[in-house]
Amino acid sequence: MAVKTIIEAIHDTMLEEMRRDPTIVITGEDIGKRGGVFRATQGFYEEFGPMRVIDSPLSELSIIGIGIGMAINGLHPICEIQFADFIFPAFNQIANEAARIRYRSNGAYTCPMVIRAPYGGGIGGGLYHSQSVEAFFAHVPGLYVLAPSTPYDAKGLLRAALRAPDPVLFLEHKKIYRLVKGEVPAEDYIVPIGKANIVREGEDMTLIAYGLMLHESLKAAEIVSREGISVEIIDLRSLRPLDKETILHSVEKTSKVLIVHEDNLTGGLGAEIGAIIAAEGFENLDAPIRRYAGPDIPAVPFSPPMQDFFMPNAAKIADQIRDLAAY
Amino acid sequence: MTTRIEETRSSTGKTTELSEDLLLDMYKRMVTIRKFEEAVHDVYSRGVMPGLAHLYIGMEAVAVGVCVTLKGTDTITSTHRGHGHLLAKGGDPQRMFAELLGKKSGYNHGKGGSMHIVDMSLGILGANGVVGGGLGIATGAALSAKLTGAERVSVAFFGDGALNEGIYYEVSNMAALFKLPVIYVMENNQYGEYTPSNKSTAGTGPARAEAMGIPAMTVDGNDVLAVYRAALWAAERARTGEGPSFIECQTYRWLGHHMGDQGDTYGYRNSDEIERWKKKGPIKRLKAYLLKEKDIRVEVLEEIDQKVQMEIDNAVEYAKSALQADRSEVFQDVYA
Ligand SMILES: Cc1ncc(C[n+]2csc(CCOP(=O)(O)OP(=O)(O)O)c2C)c(N)n1
Ligand SMILES: [Mg+2]
Repeated sequence: MAVKTIIEAIHDTMLEEMRRDPTIVITGEDIGKRGGVFRATQGFYEEFGPMRVIDSPLSELSIIGIGIGMAINGLHPICEIQFADFIFPAFNQIANEAARIRYRSNGAYTCPMVIRAPYGGGIGGGLYHSQSVEAFFAHVPGLYVLAPSTPYDAKGLLRAALRAPDPVLFLEHKKIYRLVKGEVPAEDYIVPIGKANIVREGEDMTLIAYGLMLHESLKAAEIVSREGISVEIIDLRSLRPLDKETILHSVEKTSKVLIVHEDNLTGGLGAEIGAIIAAEGFENLDAPIRRYAGPDIPAVPFSPPMQDFFMPNAAKIADQIRDLAAY
Repeated sequence: MTTRIEETRSSTGKTTELSEDLLLDMYKRMVTIRKFEEAVHDVYSRGVMPGLAHLYIGMEAVAVGVCVTLKGTDTITSTHRGHGHLLAKGGDPQRMFAELLGKKSGYNHGKGGSMHIVDMSLGILGANGVVGGGLGIATGAALSAKLTGAERVSVAFFGDGALNEGIYYEVSNMAALFKLPVIYVMENNQYGEYTPSNKSTAGTGPARAEAMGIPAMTVDGNDVLAVYRAALWAAERARTGEGPSFIECQTYRWLGHHMGDQGDTYGYRNSDEIERWKKKGPIKRLKAYLLKEKDIRVEVLEEIDQKVQMEIDNAVEYAKSALQADRSEVFQDVYA
């Protein structure tokens, strides 16, 4: 099986799907001749030409607004937002238009589009090239929000997204684009939307994470395993909808739960997951639900020591695990 | 309707008499930007600087031509490519460089880096990592000036790429309606990242401005005197209550879009084009004008060059040895 990086898996999936499905077009800033600033669409312009690979003007609002129009008129656009930090001018289009089209047309129309956005910190990007935006969007009914953390899942989920009839926000942690490698089968597989994955089995607690934090959590679990703490890790993959079943099942087994995300704490994914467990898995809990997240400060600061302070990492997660284990 | 395009007279053409002091001030500010950016290039290339840095080399005449017409109390909003604007408005190279290196004594105490430098005391309302991010702020600053009776002009610098962000149309509409003292300075360096301006912009910036009744002109943005005259015209309009103006400055960035992509043009522009623009370089041009038309002795300019070089070298040394910003200030200014 081929070993690929996450960005390669994303690139290859879009390429294969565009070859298979002529309705897929791709648009965004500098995604054409330049192949995207992260090279996700390298070679696409040469292969598919300017009718399917469209360099957009510098306007996120227009990228998404026009994407919606194409989506409800026979095409399946992939809209790239160069950095998730810049998605906000398009928020209205996503939340008010894309996410509501099927509902308000009584199913007469759907809005098949995939919005790809690199997100996350730890790369020295400072205030406007480091943000995690998932919580804003996971609040929106009618929108799928996906966040893969491995090349295998990136491929399977992106393929699922490109075959779904409804809008998907596909969040790609930019720090792990090239850092994480993994096996990616050649055959046509999908990873179903809405299914989490137990990536490490354990007894003492359930740790729930996604994106870069999944990898930091895996490292943390390895560290504490040498101290005799056994951690079960769930890779959420799908942030909306959440896979309640997998989460509740695991908590039933381990009786303790730690939710880790890089996005800041208040109103983050952890709050929703915690509420679900409190409401539906309360009897199984042996300890308060614990959330560990980026601090509630307005943005990821630039200076390396400040950025390091912001970012949860394996060592800090290991401390959280020890603390919870001792409860 | 036609756009009013001012004939861009070359620096050697007929010009209003400008004092030698002013001309040398312009020269000094331009050289300061150039040398600052060269230092960024150098330090970044050695891997000492984290993050992103977008250099202003080749575009110095725009920031300087505009900012020399401004008073200390006038305000500017800048962009991701902001070092030039900040220096032209009086930004301190030491604190700027310290910020670029994430140091405690930097303008943002290390929180911001290259794209977020602010100095309210100098009327610098901020560089901005979000393209188009300064347009609303500049327009609001102008409305504030009008409502409070402050005699303040507000300038928004933005790129040819930024021209296509929707916010520009929403705020400039308001500026025209309310006759706000704001100047929209479009830096047309021919590309937004890797996309040529003519592939992403229908019509022109000035024509779009004129559609809202905002007087506009296009000037040779490599000719600091042409930029200066245009800015003077716009500032005068602002100060006398005539409302907003739009200036498109035709210019070029010599280097890659940011420090991370030097030496690779990704096929979006070629070396002939780059060389052509370098020949029209703004500093070279002003220098030739000063020497030939103003009979300024070359030693005078060389002395400025040397002084500026020393100032920049000092700034770099200062920044390198300054204390690293640490976690102690991470929660400062967090209130909600
Ligand atoms: C809202 C937003 N979208 C995208 C980006 C990424 N980006 C940074 S600079 C840039 C191009 C800007 O072009 P232009 O306005 O012409 O300024 P220039 O870089 O040429 O000075 C882009 C797309 C951004 N910073 N902000
Ligand atoms: Mg530009």
